[in-house]
This record gives sequence, C-alpha cells and structure tokens, in this order.
Amino acid sequence: MYLRKNIATSESGFIFNPATGDSFSANPVAAEILRQLKQGTGAAQIKEWLLESYEVEPLRLERDWDEFINQLKEANLLES
Amino acid sequence: MKTPDNWLSIAVTGLNAIDSPGPGIAVIRALREGLNRKVRIIGLSYETLEPGIYMHDVVDKTYQIPYPAAGTTALMNRLQYIHEKENLQLIIPNFDAELPQFIKLAPTLKAMGIATFLPSAEQFEARDKVNLYQFGQKHQLLVPRDKIIHTIADLQSCEEAFGYPLVVKGKFYDAVVAYTLEQAQKAFYKISAKWGLPIIVQEFITGTEINIAVLGDGTGRMISAIPMRKLYITDKGKAWSGITLEDDTLIQVAQSFTDATQWKGGCELEIMRTAKNELYIMEINPRFPAWIYLTAAAGQNQPAALARMALGEDQPVYEGYEAGKIFVRYSWDHITDINEFHQISGKGEL
Repeated sequence: MYLRKNIATSESGFIFNPATGDSFSANPVAAEILRQLKQGTGAAQIKEWLLESYEVEPLRLERDWDEFINQLKEANLLES
Repeated sequence: MKTPDNWLSIAVTGLNAIDSPGPGIAVIRALREGLNRKVRIIGLSYETLEPGIYMHDVVDKTYQIPYPAAGTTALMNRLQYIHEKENLQLIIPNFDAELPQFIKLAPTLKAMGIATFLPSAEQFEARDKVNLYQFGQKHQLLVPRDKIIHTIADLQSCEEAFGYPLVVKGKFYDAVVAYTLEQAQKAFYKISAKWGLPIIVQEFITGTEINIAVLGDGTGRMISAIPMRKLYITDKGKAWSGITLEDDTLIQVAQSFTDATQWKGGCELEIMRTAKNELYIMEINPRFPAWIYLTAAAGQNQPAALARMALGEDQPVYEGYEAGKIFVRYSWDHITDINEFHQISGKGEL
C-alpha cells in the first residue's frame, strides 16, 4: 500500500492531490502515518509504531486502521 | 502617441473584465510579463463600459471596433485607421463571435504587416458545438453523443436516445440540464428564442469538470497545455477561482486533440472526468480562456508564446509547470471620469 507519488503533504497535516486539485487536513497522528506511508514504510511497521506510541488495543487499532485506509482510498490518495 | 520603433504594438480584444469575463485583460497581463520587451497595448472594444478601456496601466490606448454583424469591410476599414495611428504588429482576438472575421482577414492583415496566430476556418468550424460529435468520432476523441434538432417534436427522439437527464444547448451559448420532457421543451423555447436554431441536445455526462488551456503551433506541435479545476463557480458557471492540476492523462487528451487537428493558436478544452476516469471533451473554445494568466503563473506563458510564434520567432515546447497554483478572481470598483466616458463613446477612442 503506497501513497500516490505526487501527493504533497506538509508537517502540519495539509494534504494536496495535484491530479484532482483536492486538499485535506489530517490530524497529527494521521499526518505522521501519511509521512511514513510516503517514505514507503509498510503497514505492519506503522501499526507496530502506533501500538508502541499510543494506548490502543490491537483489535481497535485494526478497526481504525481499516477505516483510515478506506478514507484514503475514497480520497484517491493511494496507488491503485 | 505613435508606438516607438523598438516597442511591440499589440492589439487585443476582450477587455470586458466583468462577471463573465473576456480573456483580454489576462492576455495583456501575460504579454506584459512574458515578452521581455517594451509593449504598447492597443485595446479593441465593442462597448463603452468594458473595464479594460479605463485601465490605463493595462491598456495604453483603446479604439472601438464594429460588431461582427457590421461585416468584414467595416472591421477592415476600422483596423486600417487604427494601423495608421498605431503601426500594429500583432492582433490577438479573444471572442468566439469575432474569430471568423479575423480568420478571414488574416491574409490581408499579414500583407499590411500585422501578424495573427489563428486556427483555420476549417479548424474553427470542426470544433463548433454543432459539429463536435462528428469531430470526436473522426478523431477518436471521447465526446458526448448529441442530436442537432430544429423542432420541438424532435425532442422525442432525443428522449429515446439519451433518456433523462439530458442537456439542451444553444448554438452559441446557454445550456440547461432537463430532467423531464416538460423541462426540455421549456429549455428548447427559451434557448431558441435567444440564440436561434438549431438546438443541440446532448447526453448528460456526470463527473468532475476540468478545463485545459492549450496552445498549438499549427503543425501538430503542442507548445503548452495547462489543466485547471474550478474551485469556485459563479451562477453563470464561470470560474472565480481555480487550481492547476498535474495529471498525464489530461495532457494526453490535449495532445491527442492537437495531433488530430493541428490546432493553431490558443484554445480551451472543457473536459468531464467521470467516476470511471473517462475523459469526455464537452466543448472546445477556439481562443484563450479568461483564466489564461494562470498558465503564466504556473510557468507556461501561453499568450507570450503565441505572440512570439505569430512574430515568426522560435518557441520551444514548454516543459513542466507548477501544479497547485491557484487563481482567486476579485472585483474592484475602478474609478474613471465622465470625460473619459465621453471620449470613448463620442470619438470611439481613448
């Protein structure tokens, strides 16, 4: 799973898709996930980092992760 | 004032920087920035309250010209008068309705030493709304199906062919999305009363509207293509804000169009991108759009490139531009004086 190559992200969580002109705002956690996805970090590694960094149950994390990824797909931000 | 010898004297139409703006002011802004030499801009106006007439830091001098209905002789006589005063080197017309006359006059203007850079009459006709579907078929470009109709009874066949909703369009302007036969009939009467017959009935394509400003050199070489998505649209459907996009598929559509037509000059492709990522060409405007300055801001100054080609100078194909460049249009109450209004309305020049 990769973020589309030309997606622009900023440290403040602003996301811009130059192919569609759409822009989004991400909260700090989402911005960090996007940063890692953009660097090519795998999903398993990111989830590991989330489990270490936040007080979250693995089951809950999986649910939230799926929802987040669906949002990225709907926003056309992931490579198909 | 006569134009100094080392200055370029360029005449531009479309000074109506109003809520449904002509492209003239944006073209001039791009020319002034992109030509790297002194330019004297001669405005050519039709109406006395076109804002550009009074914007003296943009337009150096304006002359009124006759409406297209007055015929080519009247236009030619007026251009000769203006040329004697201003020693014009280039004319950039920016209205659909005036283009046929300028295309017709181009050889005469050339003989007078005035350059133009316009599509041929055949190119102009081929992309006309009335011919657009055949145009798409001929060049394997995706264009919505349509029917050209002359009577209200013909709507029945459109209903059978396209279902609802369908789009009822005027020959020159106006489009209404009709969801029932009654709405289609109402649109037929309203639009035909205003713009005459025929009426174009087009299948409804839903998606994201994207516009591409394209500049072709007339040999199939696409000098520039900048796609833009409207971010804010006025009630007349005009972009009040827009953003440049980076998408190779859009550039490919523009390239296919340029290859197929060998388009000469500027134009605007109105594209609809469907949920399945199909790119339909909805309309082809045969001149620069009003948002053309965005091409200069994004790194490909199309009006300046057109001027260079018209003057016989070398113009390489532009490479690369900035995606995410935004224009935000604004309105401004420009103040002028009754004397200026008197000059342009009484003497036809200011």
